Amino acid sequence: MSQPELLSQDFELGFTYTRSTGPVVGRFLTDLRDRIIVGIKGSDGKVYVPPMEYDPVTAEELSEFVEVGQSGEVVSWCWVKEPRDSHPSAVPFAWALIKLDGADVPMVHVLRASAESEVSTGMRVTARWAEETRGFITDIDGFVAAGDES
Amino acid sequence: MSEEREMITGIEVPIYLKYHFTAGEATARFLSQVRQGKLVGQRCPSCNNVYLPPRGSCAACGVATTEEVEVADKCTVESFTIVYIPIPGNPIQPPYVIANLIPDGANISFIHLLSECDNDTVHRGQRVQAVWKPQEEWDYAMDNIRYFKPLDEPDVPSESIGKVPVTGWEV
Ligand SMILES: [Zn+2]
Repeated sequence: MSQPELLSQDFELGFTYTRSTGPVVGRFLTDLRDRIIVGIKGSDGKVYVPPMEYDPVTAEELSEFVEVGQSGEVVSWCWVKEPRDSHPSAVPFAWALIKLDGADVPMVHVLRASAESEVSTGMRVTARWAEETRGFITDIDGFVAAGDES
Repeated sequence: MSEEREMITGIEVPIYLKYHFTAGEATARFLSQVRQGKLVGQRCPSCNNVYLPPRGSCAACGVATTEEVEVADKCTVESFTIVYIPIPGNPIQPPYVIANLIPDGANISFIHLLSECDNDTVHRGQRVQAVWKPQEEWDYAMDNIRYFKPLDEPDVPSESIGKVPVTGWEV
């Protein structure tokens, strides 16, 4: 038996999902399109951002939307030194948990900074909006240090 | 933002997984021979089952397989399903038949298309044969065989499916 040829090729598997957003996530995304960030109030009085459909304590349906601030505080973060193709940034950035003003829980999003040394827990950040919004989480292009959003 | 706009009710969130697939020795050997229009499996030295396509080992016995065995392009239908639902990106129009086929001379099935058949009468034990693409289109791929089509031969009884010699099915 002769030595086999070495065979290899690129192969892409695509899961082309579409998702129904439902009334709660749909409302969140619709408001993002208008450059507004909303959370939802739970039975414990806490404001959850992004809004959740069911109460984490009572499991009741939730419906009391609350607009929250577009600035907040970095609760924790992770610097991505070598972004991959599917990351929302070609240059190094941070994934950050950001507690927006008026919210009681942090939300994960992109934190853009020129260097890891410019990111710290507790820093104030502000949403920077995409030039065109379409009703998607990336309508927030990312968060930047407060004062740098323009 | 005073104008009323439509509420978001759905989003598109595709996920693409990018692989670089290296065939490995047994599969590379198999595909190199498929390119020549031959179906060559491997026999297990322990249980004597012939695997097509070969995987380089027998999963039942846990031993390496190296002996090559050319099998026929005539097969027996072991099982099948009729697909009615279109799959995005799949060029084949439903309804179509996907079958587990066991080639004469092999003991384990592989999956391929059945066509030129009456979908309502496709059945287990049915005899079929490969319809190959023109030789100039052959590549390192099982779709060198366009599909399998029914043969005018008697059915293989259930207990003999997977035990047909390479010389074919004789009643
Ligand atoms: Zn074996």
